[in-house]
Amino acid sequence: MNHLFPVLTGVAYLLSLILYVRFLSTGNRLTGRLGTLLLGLGLVAHYFALWERSRGSHTVPYHDLYGSMSLFGWLLALTYLGLELYHRQRSVGAFVLPFILVFFLAAHLAPADRLAPPPVHGVVFALHVTLSILAYAAFALSFVLSLIFLGEERHLRNHKLGDVVWRLPPLELLDQMSRSSVLVGLISIAIGTALGFVSIDQLPGQNSFYDPKYVITLLVLALYVLYFRLARTTAWRGARASKLCIFNFVIVVLSFTVVNLYLSHSHRYF
Amino acid sequence: MEIVLVGLNHRTAPVEVRERVSFNAEQAQRAAEELRARGILEETLVLSTCNRSEVYGVPPESSHESAPGLSTFLSEFHSVRADILSVSLYHHYDQEAVRHLFRVAAGLDSMLLGEAEILGQVREAYRFAHEHGATGPVLNRLFQGALEVGKRVRTETELGTRPMSAASAGVKLAERIFGKLSERKALVLGAGTISEQVVSHLRDRGIAQLYVMNRSRDRAEELAKEFGGKVVEWGEWDIALRSPDVVVTSVSAEEPVLRREIVERAMVARGNRALFLMDLGVPRNIDPMVAELYNVYVYKIPLAQGIVEEQLSKFLSWQASVELVGLVDALRTKLREERATFIRSRMEPMKHLTETDRAHIEKLMDEMLEKLLLEPAQRLRDEKELRRKIQNVEALRDLFLSSREKP
Repeated sequence: MNHLFPVLTGVAYLLSLILYVRFLSTGNRLTGRLGTLLLGLGLVAHYFALWERSRGSHTVPYHDLYGSMSLFGWLLALTYLGLELYHRQRSVGAFVLPFILVFFLAAHLAPADRLAPPPVHGVVFALHVTLSILAYAAFALSFVLSLIFLGEERHLRNHKLGDVVWRLPPLELLDQMSRSSVLVGLISIAIGTALGFVSIDQLPGQNSFYDPKYVITLLVLALYVLYFRLARTTAWRGARASKLCIFNFVIVVLSFTVVNLYLSHSHRYF
Repeated sequence: MEIVLVGLNHRTAPVEVRERVSFNAEQAQRAAEELRARGILEETLVLSTCNRSEVYGVPPESSHESAPGLSTFLSEFHSVRADILSVSLYHHYDQEAVRHLFRVAAGLDSMLLGEAEILGQVREAYRFAHEHGATGPVLNRLFQGALEVGKRVRTETELGTRPMSAASAGVKLAERIFGKLSERKALVLGAGTISEQVVSHLRDRGIAQLYVMNRSRDRAEELAKEFGGKVVEWGEWDIALRSPDVVVTSVSAEEPVLRREIVERAMVARGNRALFLMDLGVPRNIDPMVAELYNVYVYKIPLAQGIVEEQLSKFLSWQASVELVGLVDALRTKLREERATFIRSRMEPMKHLTETDRAHIEKLMDEMLEKLLLEPAQRLRDEKELRRKIQNVEALRDLFLSSREKP
């Protein structure tokens, strides 16, 4: 197996993280732009690393837990880059890159499972999984943004304004970014879930509609719809919405770990 | 031990008056000598910069009556008519004088908040006065304290690393919450120099709408006209606080102007939309409880002010200890005199007592008086809290000593 793309990805993400951190501490714009550029290069290299991994194991990249983690890292980086370009705000990069890097390294330092390829589920199934992981990535991003919001708000209230706080996005922008991220997650999870039902309908002998995974996915969907509605009201905008967003992500993590591993009948391939 | 301050600064006097009342080194020395010779002050220190001229001193009598004499002296010294000068001069005694100096050294009283130059100027003024023998134990201690305040504020708070005008600092903080201010509205309470600075900064940042509220409507209209804003009637809080995102207060008031219930009512009317309050008043214009409200952000300069208050408390404690020790010494002298008179009169009829007996009784009484005084004196020296409790040493002095016997 060729290690060129994983190594390139790791180096690009690591350098990007260093540059984002430096940008946050010094405010040097060129450093920030280079950070974004390296993140973009990392994304391209990561794509090829995922492609090679799939080719090497003769299966889809989300075939095993590690592949899913790598895809999650890639989609998190992609969502973040989209958000950064849309909102023209790169000071959050220093907080998101560690997550991307951890997921990427955890996935690629572990060997790919050599299990027999799963049954071919087709394009609908592939889209279902990819969109679901994209939704989780977007929710993870909104979680990080909410944490930054609460931290920055606390610093502002306590008048502890170091250089870093001065370079973070304004509170209202963080709020908007979090909502944008949740919107991406909501659309993805809604379409992904619908495609999941379509996909399972096409499979012979798998017509159980009582899987706990479905219940928790619908709960996640409902909670984020609630967040999206409340976060736009004046009474909830700000710290309350951020706390709700953090709570919602705890449910997402439960769905991704406990439910997938121990409760679900149809999502155990993680 | 009284401390008096008479002076003027950029807030109270126009530049032409400030120029006429400024001191060069030779004038500062001459003023100190004349003030001592005339018996107005025992210790003197002149602080003169382009933005302020202030005379700090210790008068011979603690009567809180030295400021008028000092004002007259300044008028004569600089040949400025007293009626012109009196509208620009401020005067403070004791605690307020000390607090003022500490705020000056901290850069909190400067036009450019936190500027470092003033600390150097305070240090230089003190060095000059000390070298020329114009200061004594009180001013020495006071100015050493002021230099410590300045140093601490610059090392322990962000004012030292990020000096900026109070207005600019506040406006930048508002941007930390709202981002660009071009779609935001602001209300400015007060129409003084600081308010003017804030309005100017808000306009530079493209604030969409500006409201001005001031006790004097004429001044509010003047400011609103200059910057294209609207005037809101003083006290119409429900209307005034409904729409602005940023509220700046710089009002001269002893009590907070924006109380919790006013802001709480406004937040209900606003549907909890974020509100940034910038308190630039001294003393504070915004009730501290307001900061607890949801989506309300209050900006003030707590750290620097906290250091000022901490050092002020230290100085006052030292001042009280010195005064109390002086009081105890005076009391001891008085009791000894009383004892001598008392023993003489009471032992006169006791002819049977030998000289040795008399000496023995006198010694016993001395010991008793010493014991009575020693313990309280020791406690006063050692216990800071006790010194804080005895706030008014003058009252104790009046209680035990006649004016003739005061130290």
